Amino acid sequence: MSIFVSKETRVLVQGITGKEGQFHTQQCIAYGTKVVAGVTPGKGGQKMDEVPVFNTVQEARDKTGANASMILVPPPFAADAILEAVDAGIEVIVCITEGVPVMDMLRVKNYLATRKSRLIGPNCPGIITPGQCKIGIMPGAIHTPGGPVGVVSRSGTLTYEVVHQLTQVGLGQTTCVGIGGDPVNGTGFLDCLEAFNADPETKAVVMVGEIGGNAEEQAAAWIKANMNKPVVGFIAGLTAPPGRRMGHAGAIVSGGQGTATAKIAAMEQSGIAVCKDLGTLGRLCKEVFS
Amino acid sequence: MKIHEYQAKELFRKYKVPTPQGGVGSTVAEIEKIAAELGLPVAVKAQIHAGGRGKGGGVKVARTAEEVTKAATAILGMTLVTKQTGPEGRLVKTLLVEKGVAIAKEMYLSLVPDRATATVTIIASQDGGMDIEEVAAKTPERIIKVPVNPITGIRGYHINRVMYGLELEKELMKEFAAILRGLYSLFVDYDCSLVEINPLIITEDKRIIALDAKMDIDSNALYRHADVVAMHDPNEDDPTEAEAAKFNLNYINLGGNVGNMVNGAGLAMATMDIIKQAGAEPANFLDVGGGANAEMVENGFRIILSDSKVKGILINIFGGILRCDVLAQGVVQAAKKVQLSVPVVVRMEGTNVEEGRRILAESGLKLINASDLSDAARKVAEIVA
Repeated sequence: MSIFVSKETRVLVQGITGKEGQFHTQQCIAYGTKVVAGVTPGKGGQKMDEVPVFNTVQEARDKTGANASMILVPPPFAADAILEAVDAGIEVIVCITEGVPVMDMLRVKNYLATRKSRLIGPNCPGIITPGQCKIGIMPGAIHTPGGPVGVVSRSGTLTYEVVHQLTQVGLGQTTCVGIGGDPVNGTGFLDCLEAFNADPETKAVVMVGEIGGNAEEQAAAWIKANMNKPVVGFIAGLTAPPGRRMGHAGAIVSGGQGTATAKIAAMEQSGIAVCKDLGTLGRLCKEVFS
Repeated sequence: MKIHEYQAKELFRKYKVPTPQGGVGSTVAEIEKIAAELGLPVAVKAQIHAGGRGKGGGVKVARTAEEVTKAATAILGMTLVTKQTGPEGRLVKTLLVEKGVAIAKEMYLSLVPDRATATVTIIASQDGGMDIEEVAAKTPERIIKVPVNPITGIRGYHINRVMYGLELEKELMKEFAAILRGLYSLFVDYDCSLVEINPLIITEDKRIIALDAKMDIDSNALYRHADVVAMHDPNEDDPTEAEAAKFNLNYINLGGNVGNMVNGAGLAMATMDIIKQAGAEPANFLDVGGGANAEMVENGFRIILSDSKVKGILINIFGGILRCDVLAQGVVQAAKKVQLSVPVVVRMEGTNVEEGRRILAESGLKLINASDLSDAARKVAEIVA
């Protein structure tokens, strides 16, 4: 078992003929992901390697049965790409693109609320169920299939660091979800925690947050009330100065809100084992989860 | 991207939001001329991007021609220190001069995107003219928050909730509604991350005027706002951060003694944190991004080393798609080119890490190898201790 994506997932890639699109599609295929279609308006009928390219998502879905999408288009076109996938009935939409305007995402998020599609991202590394399906730009090789740990994170390379340490201490992963570093995104901590809680193969969860917003606090409250599996947490940005955006559009402490200290306190109060020294996260998980 | 008060007010007027009559100048003579044309009294206001200008001495009311000269002379060229500028302050090069108005009441009005509810949230209060965070902390019942779903846009009932919440006099409602509609359109059209008026005043002759104006525009949306890009004031930039931005590097100075270079924003923050935990102080945040190459590493080194406080550097790279061997070659090339003057600890992990470590070891450079993140932080902290 896993959450959101598995070996049955049939993926189409929006922006498949771009430089990034080609490269990461090849990486996903090499990992074993079933990439069944690509979409680039105006390039329908072509092929990217062996993958057929279509002009629209609707056509790609109708002809190939794709049920997930990976979006690798430039920021001005990202909101359109997401909405097109939603309207075509794609179940899981993974938007890798960084730099999508917030106003676009406000509209997308409210539209999504009326539909069944799940959006992951934007500004994220994607989602991977190790050994089955990789939809994203993460390095597949650091992951270990079979669980027992589910990972959810707002960051990219920081997630790789966490996964690498888990693999090093012998803990495999069920699914790793990068929910992205933007202030307004699709799937959040709560969605992933609920899904991990319901997934029989996931026995424990690592949750990686950072400064900005209050999603970690909300997740902590939910964990306290509902979670029946152990959770290890990490929060980046203890030393970040207030009022400055730390790389990610969503990583900002403003008006005293969204500090790492407050998030860590909320998580500890909810029974989450918070890792203070990133270098020891793998070992801490081994301790807590055994 | 922040813009100046006078620039925000130009946009306000475009959306029929009333502002005081005024003009902008950068010499005492210009200021005197504008004040003479407007008629006294006037307010003379320093144009910098930080708040708290009044308390810092950057805003003065002048009732006579002599006072105008005195205020302009005092503020132009001053280094204005406010709670938002930091101790180094900001040099004042431009002044806004506005005709004085008789204030009957001061209110607060702002619009922000709310990340949790995915709405544009209107925040208003009768207690304008003071620090709104203080009002929110002490008297939260005096703050009105009205979320607007961007799909429906602003509707009459949103405006009613704000107006009745503010206990606005009936005769002012039509005017207020037009102002709020205008601000909402401005907010959406310009991809704002903040529009704030503090204070929004009611004058003694019953007009509503935006006495102040603060606007912040989503940097990710600047591609569709050429007019805003043209408002950029290089005077407001940190020179090192601006230099880094030219090379697509995300750099923020933090004032410590350990420089660090990391791929990825989350990992960069975590690296700063671990440096601090090891007993040293991070000098910067520097994200070289997922696709870092030799040129970016070289520029990263140059930017870190331009900070004289830096006594040691920690490079922390998690090689994913970007392979460690490629990155190691970049580090070696860059290190030879910039002539490193301080010790460098390298912690590298991920794809092709053995090959990467070999390249670093055989480079002849004095790079200190670290086995893991904790080890790296410890080593660099010992160097600068």
